[in-house]
Amino acid sequence: MLNRQLAPDFKQVSTINFIQPSQQALDNQIPVYTIYSGEQDLVRIEFIFNNVNWNVEKPLQAIAVSAMLNNGTSKLSAKDIAEQIDFYGAFFQTEYVQDHSTVTLYTLNKHLASVLPIVKNVLADSQFPQGEIDIYIQNQKQKLQVNLQKNDILARKEFAHALFGDTAYGVDIQAKHYDELKREDLVSYFRSAYAPDNCTIVVSGKFEEASFHLLNEQFGRNWELGKAVKNKFNFSLLPRTAIYKDRPDALQSAIRIGKLAINRTHEDFPGLQILNTVLGGYFGSRLMNNIREDKGYTYGIGSGISSLQDAGYLFIATEVGAEVCADALTEIYKEIELLKNDLVEEEELTLVKNYMLGSMLGSLENVFSHADKFKNIHLFGLGYDYYENYIKKVKSITAEEIRTLAIKYFNKEDFTEVVVGKK
Amino acid sequence: MVDFNRFTLANGLKVLVHEDPTTPMAVLNILYDVGARDEDPEKTGFAHLFEHLMFGGSVNIPNYDEPLQRVGGENNAFTSNDITNYYITLPSENIETAFWLESDRMLSLAFSEKSLETQRNVVSEEFKQRYLNQPYGDVWLKLRPLAYKKHAYRWATIGKELSHIENATMDDVKAFFKKHYTPQNAILVVGGNVKTADVKEMAEKWFEPIPAGDKYVRNLIQEDIQTESRSETVKANVPLNAIYMAFKMPGRLNADYYAFDLLSDILSRGQSSRLYNSLLKDQKLFSDINAYISSSLDAGLFIVEGKLVEGVTIEAAEKAIWAELDRLKAEVVTNKELTKVKNKVESVLVFSEMSLLDKAMNLAYYELLGDAELLNQEAEEFLKVTAEDIKRISNETFGREKSSTLYYLTEKHA
Repeated sequence: MLNRQLAPDFKQVSTINFIQPSQQALDNQIPVYTIYSGEQDLVRIEFIFNNVNWNVEKPLQAIAVSAMLNNGTSKLSAKDIAEQIDFYGAFFQTEYVQDHSTVTLYTLNKHLASVLPIVKNVLADSQFPQGEIDIYIQNQKQKLQVNLQKNDILARKEFAHALFGDTAYGVDIQAKHYDELKREDLVSYFRSAYAPDNCTIVVSGKFEEASFHLLNEQFGRNWELGKAVKNKFNFSLLPRTAIYKDRPDALQSAIRIGKLAINRTHEDFPGLQILNTVLGGYFGSRLMNNIREDKGYTYGIGSGISSLQDAGYLFIATEVGAEVCADALTEIYKEIELLKNDLVEEEELTLVKNYMLGSMLGSLENVFSHADKFKNIHLFGLGYDYYENYIKKVKSITAEEIRTLAIKYFNKEDFTEVVVGKK
Repeated sequence: MVDFNRFTLANGLKVLVHEDPTTPMAVLNILYDVGARDEDPEKTGFAHLFEHLMFGGSVNIPNYDEPLQRVGGENNAFTSNDITNYYITLPSENIETAFWLESDRMLSLAFSEKSLETQRNVVSEEFKQRYLNQPYGDVWLKLRPLAYKKHAYRWATIGKELSHIENATMDDVKAFFKKHYTPQNAILVVGGNVKTADVKEMAEKWFEPIPAGDKYVRNLIQEDIQTESRSETVKANVPLNAIYMAFKMPGRLNADYYAFDLLSDILSRGQSSRLYNSLLKDQKLFSDINAYISSSLDAGLFIVEGKLVEGVTIEAAEKAIWAELDRLKAEVVTNKELTKVKNKVESVLVFSEMSLLDKAMNLAYYELLGDAELLNQEAEEFLKVTAEDIKRISNETFGREKSSTLYYLTEKHA
């Protein structure tokens, strides 16, 4: 007779294999890291540029250049570029995040030789036509208006600005910043930042010698150097701040609480990730169990640690029924205090460890995810021993160490609390 | 190409296995053939609320999530108007835990009052977060009843109104479970680093003892052919005027489905698409413009939606959309344009094989459509579409008398 009350046997994940990249360089010294897999006949090529030349008077330069990169060169109009990329079934994406601007090409290998010259033309010769800039400004201002009606987005903006002020990490973008965009600034930023001396290439997929030559032919020559100074910021911990934005008709309030902490290069980082997982980093976390599954105050609540080049920060974020906002805040702080006062029980700790190891294994789904893991460390100047240490730490951390970390990093007096909605 | 093996258990549960030895992980995906279209019009939002209750413990296992997390697994689920789909990913050596958990909740739930009460609150908050407390969040709550008058697609999966969720009782929950959550009404897909023989053994061990239950026979009222142009105007506290146009199109199994998919790509996939270039870039009427299909099993919707540039009148914006649709009815698309959208689809299909979970979900969905093998024939089906097909379906679809238009206007211009 089948005993359904008895759980089947299981094993903790023992080994996790990372595919490490091979390293080559183009003729102009751009480093190319390749994570190879021959299973599908496709490739992803990422051109990663540091964000540079921060100027608080022109906070949108890097963002607008990234967004408008495919809007025309001396040879091709915005429409030509899109038509050609689409005709070959390829995907050309630009992404701006706090520290980097990335241009990504996804293509089937059979079209690589056709699409690479288009990407080269864009990266070396974008012109930012005034007509396109006008459309961009108008449409971004409209998007901003919609976003400013979303409580979670407002909370995120307030929080970032409180922690990071008028830097690339915290600047509060307003409509006037769009109005102030000048073509000459975009062109000058583009020439400085999108240059071989500020570029790292990460390739994943079926990328063989012949493809490398194609890449080198396009990007290894005839591409002018830039004059970039990588952004560098310094931050210090703030005293407790509470920011409240009243939204009269709000059905829910967005809450964001957090503080400056450490980034991936700090030795406490893996331990802090474990502490974060216990607090709010997975579906079974304490915050989810208490505030969603027990009280039903919210559809979701979570916590995270974010690692930037020049800072790290902790945050807790949720949207809760407006009438239970005060109770939700009380419960959030209660959960934080519990971690400082009491030891995590063995059963919960084992669960979290097993969950985190399974989650790490599962996050290596395909060749792209292996490349993402590489970027996570490489861009912080770390090697694969980071992951070895991380896995070792997850397996070995004790309840005492977790409490010590909670006492060190969860001081309520350091937390910035943002509420947008009703309190 | 997604290879699979297939067998059916004595109780009617269909099982598909996709062996992928390149990953250390496994996926267990289970699709129940029930969605919001199967709900009572007075108790809408129930299929989705029920999805939440599936995580509230089963007859022999008090907590669903904990034992799964303990073996390194994760799970989630979604409900649509047509289906409810649950999935688990975990290290493949622990796959039996997934069988244990998933079979116990197919056998029976714990039906805990506490769980029902909590999830009613959680879903109410989800309703607020996603539909009520967002600019334009309630569009689908308005557009569905405009486009559908009889069919159960006239309400969204979240439900018509909060009160339907707040009033759900334990008796409703039990009846819904008995009616829909039977082996005959489900498709199980196991994928990843597994062997078919092992999966078969575990399926027989954990799922085969579950009673077959009664077969649910779906008998939905189908929508009449629309013969009059419909519209509705909403004024709300939003910054921009917006327009949403819905046209009736055939269901997912219709031979023209692939042509409709390509038609929406011609209009709106990427920055080389027609609507983007004509209406946003050249005429500067919209700051945002999209076209897409609802891909539903019964007669679906072809949607065109956009947010207007400030100062543009809604009449001018609507007229410009119609001009693009009328052009598709009058002119055959060029070979180059058709090849372009087909090439894009080819890429998308190849890239979608990078994800184990996507493969497993797709196998389950295509099996529901009639045969999982259809998944591997998709590329061919897209290639068969001709420029004449595009013109023909445009003429069949884009008529004033077949349109339902929602004008979503800002109060500040009122």
